[in-house]
Amino acid sequence: MIDSRGPRWSAGLTSIVLAVALITRSPIVIIIQLVQFGIGAFAGPPRSPYAWLYKRFVQPRLSKDFDSEDVRPPQFAQFVGFIFALLATVGALTQIWPLFTIATACALFAAFLNSAFGYCLGCKLYLLGVRL
Amino acid sequence: MNSAAIVVAVLLLATGYGLVDRKRAGKIKAKADSAHSIAPHEIGSELGESATVLQFSSAFCTPCRSTRSILSSVIAHYPKIKHVEVDAENNLALVRRLDIRQTPTTLFLNAAGKEIARAVGSPKRDQVISALERI
Repeated sequence: MIDSRGPRWSAGLTSIVLAVALITRSPIVIIIQLVQFGIGAFAGPPRSPYAWLYKRFVQPRLSKDFDSEDVRPPQFAQFVGFIFALLATVGALTQIWPLFTIATACALFAAFLNSAFGYCLGCKLYLLGVRL
Repeated sequence: MNSAAIVVAVLLLATGYGLVDRKRAGKIKAKADSAHSIAPHEIGSELGESATVLQFSSAFCTPCRSTRSILSSVIAHYPKIKHVEVDAENNLALVRRLDIRQTPTTLFLNAAGKEIARAVGSPKRDQVISALERI
């Protein structure tokens, strides 16, 4: 069980980083986000760099009384983000810019929905995926 | 289109989608002519005496937890109505037959196990109460 505000904070930071990546087309920026998603997806969201920033700088300033949530929904979201960031990185490194732009825009769409609305990507996508 | 315009367009689209989704989520819709009927063996549980509230959940779903607590606290006041939660992933045949597309999805079944209403997303407490009062 984790502090449910952590993943939303990470999604907010992710939205900013992805917006910067889209505007600057910088491979470094999208790779930073790829690493964040990769650690979140495979080692778990609490081990990711954004979660460390959250615990170090944000959580101490917030109320001690918080909703906890299962780690699996945000971990699934990080995995979906990882796939898009991987496509975007390939696009940036090979300079196939339409691939970079579409993949980054999709990831930004999902990250922003998550941070602004608490949108649960796993709720909508996971079951459709396993139903196929 | 320049890239700053793409960022603005994506954020506007996401905001629009988020607002529509928030409004739609959890609405309990009556299904007057539903052909779906559920037998006890399909959900591994007896049906409630007067009605059953059947919740489909998954591990990758945070709102499933709040839905569970809303449903079980409301249903506690109705001794003849039963709350049954099933894991969607472990019941894929049933999920396909009932056309469950996301979690949480909640089906309201009458005493015979026929679907009379459905909520996709987390239903609101007062909507659950009025749906149960109608059964």
